Amino acid sequence: MALDTSSAPAAAPSKLVKAATSETRIARLTLIAVALGFVALFLLLPLATVFIEAFRKGPVEFATALRDPETFSAIRLTLIVAVIAVPLNLVFGVAAAWAIAKFEFKGKAFLTTLIDLPFSVSPVISGLVFVLLFGANSALGPFLQKYGIHILFAVPGLVLATVFVTFPFVARELIPLMQEQGTSDEEAALSLGATGWQTFWHVTLPNIKWGLLYGVLLCNARAMGEFGAVSVVSGHIRGQTNTMPLQVEILYNEYNFVAAFAVAAVLALLALVTLVLKTALELRYSDEIAASRRH
Amino acid sequence: MSSNRLAGMVKLALLVGSLQLGSIGLAAADTTLLNVSYDPTRELYKDFNAAFAEKWQADTGETVTIQTSHGGSGKQARSVIDGLEADVVTLALEADIDAIAKATGKIPADWKSRLDNNSAPYTSTIVFLVRKGNPKGIKDWGDLTQDGIQVITPNPKTSGGARWNFLAAWAWARAANGGDDAKAQQYVAQLFKHVPVLDTGARGATTTFVQRGLGDVLLAWENEAYLSLEELGPDNFEIVTPSISIKAEPPVALVDGNVDAKGTRKVAEAYLDYLYSDAGQKIAAKHYYRPFKPELADPKDTARFADVKLVTIDEFGGWKEAQPKFFADGGVFDQIYKPGQ
Amino acid sequence: MAFRSSTRWRFRQPSVIPGFGLALGVTLTWLTLIVLIPLSGLIWRSSGLGWSNFMSLVLDERTVNALTISFGTAFIAAVVNLFFGVVLAWVLVRYRFPGKRVIDAMVDLPFALPTAVAGIALTALYAPNGWIGSILEPLGIKIAFTPAGIVVALVFVGLPFVVRTVQPVMEEIDKEVEEAAATLGANRYQTISRVLLPGLLPAGLTGFALAFARGVGEYGSVIFIAGNLPYVSEIAPLLIIIRLEEFNYPAATAIATVMLFLSFIMLLVINSIQSWSRRRYSNGA
Repeated sequence: MALDTSSAPAAAPSKLVKAATSETRIARLTLIAVALGFVALFLLLPLATVFIEAFRKGPVEFATALRDPETFSAIRLTLIVAVIAVPLNLVFGVAAAWAIAKFEFKGKAFLTTLIDLPFSVSPVISGLVFVLLFGANSALGPFLQKYGIHILFAVPGLVLATVFVTFPFVARELIPLMQEQGTSDEEAALSLGATGWQTFWHVTLPNIKWGLLYGVLLCNARAMGEFGAVSVVSGHIRGQTNTMPLQVEILYNEYNFVAAFAVAAVLALLALVTLVLKTALELRYSDEIAASRRH
Repeated sequence: MSSNRLAGMVKLALLVGSLQLGSIGLAAADTTLLNVSYDPTRELYKDFNAAFAEKWQADTGETVTIQTSHGGSGKQARSVIDGLEADVVTLALEADIDAIAKATGKIPADWKSRLDNNSAPYTSTIVFLVRKGNPKGIKDWGDLTQDGIQVITPNPKTSGGARWNFLAAWAWARAANGGDDAKAQQYVAQLFKHVPVLDTGARGATTTFVQRGLGDVLLAWENEAYLSLEELGPDNFEIVTPSISIKAEPPVALVDGNVDAKGTRKVAEAYLDYLYSDAGQKIAAKHYYRPFKPELADPKDTARFADVKLVTIDEFGGWKEAQPKFFADGGVFDQIYKPGQ
Repeated sequence: MAFRSSTRWRFRQPSVIPGFGLALGVTLTWLTLIVLIPLSGLIWRSSGLGWSNFMSLVLDERTVNALTISFGTAFIAAVVNLFFGVVLAWVLVRYRFPGKRVIDAMVDLPFALPTAVAGIALTALYAPNGWIGSILEPLGIKIAFTPAGIVVALVFVGLPFVVRTVQPVMEEIDKEVEEAAATLGANRYQTISRVLLPGLLPAGLTGFALAFARGVGEYGSVIFIAGNLPYVSEIAPLLIIIRLEEFNYPAATAIATVMLFLSFIMLLVINSIQSWSRRRYSNGA
């Protein structure tokens, strides 16, 4: 598989096999049309709306909106929160996927479901649980307060809420992929005398790296874009505890539509930066990917 | 990444961290006040904070930084209850400050009598925003329940402003029916059958009306109506003042528990007093709030307010009675609001 | 291949793969800290209501209505997403066409855009005076401010879940399997329906479950487009907010607990089906 990818030649498939392993031209075009139509209706147009609104008054106004110190501090805060939250969930996600995908054990579906839970919790509640846990009326809150540790309405609370909301992303991305791949590669490596860590670094990781990347990208995008949960624990102090999504809401509510959509556009672009990175990696390693797909 | 930049980023992170951890690292002379307010006061307090900081500097030589937090009134009250360290709260409803007082004990129960005019340095009322030229000929509350009229108001359950809308409508109907509360309830029930969308907040409702083009009339705070006229186009909308409306009193209060813990009592008290001053009243009027002492404000600003008969919350027995009766779970609003009936 | 020789009950099947203890330990610790402790705080809070209060609140007509609307619209949206998501993933993995990379990159947008922005943008499009709404209006179709609007918002919010769980698995599909099927005389339709789709089923179900679960709890984007009329387009999370506005934490947490419980059951069912189907279709791994 991915182990000996570099030398695998791409054998030209025969015409007959090709016909049987791909669709007719008409089916292909129809599928592409359906997919594109759907994307246009549900993704492209809303995104276009955001950018059109952001540039409604021209690029100068767009740039001015972003130079606002409060907006700048919101961008900074969002990045700080994401930089802390995403790696935490990355480590967790890999560990969870390893346990769930590589082993058969009782209660696996139950465990998987527990991991999925944060998705089904309404964002409002995701924030509320931490208020119940660390608020002034909780057992923990006043205790921590005595030692000058602020969780709510400060960075730690924002990080906690974000970690909660993005909790399942990496794990959920990896589990189906690692299940699909099975354990034969690892077993082979182990039987050749590799240690567990060596197997993980040199066999498993290369196999799952694209899925892992997807997971991290999603996790990151969601971490930066989360609104509901963060809104509950933020306290909305201007220039201090407002993340970008909260800043968008503030600006929108001030009828400052251009600035609101400008920040939203930056948020969309930030998510796209990571995707550009992924594309660049894919191009750089395109041979390897092609080979690993063909085995 | 050069080590210099890295060091810079680490410093930045530490700086942000220390800011979050309270006042560590801030010079002693630099006091920070946190004003936790509701949604429509953003523009007002932006101006007012700058004016107060300047005055405080002139009077005492100290710099004061005023931070503000805006959101739905009830949500803001909950944040303070859960530990947001507000020095002062400036909310939409008395009931919200009462809730803080009751839940935390950080505000004394008699807070309302500590400042003039029931602790409301400025008031407002409820008016109609209609489309330019008033094509549906809406003049008063009675016109809102005619066939084919769509009314936009936020949800009284989630919006403080919408509760004032609700009570203003009730006050008119009660007066129009010789004080009959049952008839008033019928009218208000009828009115809400003409509401196609219940936004959660006042500004959401304004957006629905203005941007989405939905509805014939928007029930709004007077200050919000003027602001949206200014911000969103005087050519497209106009304001209609009904014959009767309600005197909405958004109160302010010092959070004693927090200012004493932070040692900011003096400046926080001065901040609230300044709202009642010459300058404070002027700024309020400029932002379309009706000043408590109109004589202190710019006559040009106060001339913009139409004469309207205003009933007060006392006619509903005060908020302590009105809140549970109308807006609590299973209250009048829940009873009348049953679509499809 | 896992060993299935033993009939004796054991917690896990023996395996030569190391690291089970470490991986499961990290997983359980983190899960407990971040998810279980906070959520049990929530359930503990709603237990303050007492059982009869809890039930009367949960069985209240308005609550039941809101839950029905939340779960119903989330289900429809997840079905839509399952279908279009698989098609989209297929197109992205298998075909070349201009702009493919852009489309691929855009799939994650619903995560990155704050839900409120998504709600505003979708409402602007689907409102009677919006680009799409104004086309549909003469046909008598209303999207914004109706339950259909909720579905639109939830489709937007849930799309990446399906695409991004199916896509990596699709990329892993061995061409040889298809070639083998073709060699054995299967036509393209048979290869897809008998060979490829069953292989994608676990991932597809996962995506469906996640999109569904996410849709049930979604708040930010829905309130802009839903209309929020009680009994018509009032979603359960909005009802939670309403209870919070009344400072009624127990009631708010009670509704949240019910939502959590229902979602948990549904996810558990789907995950069990998924893990069963994986055992059935996978070749022994």
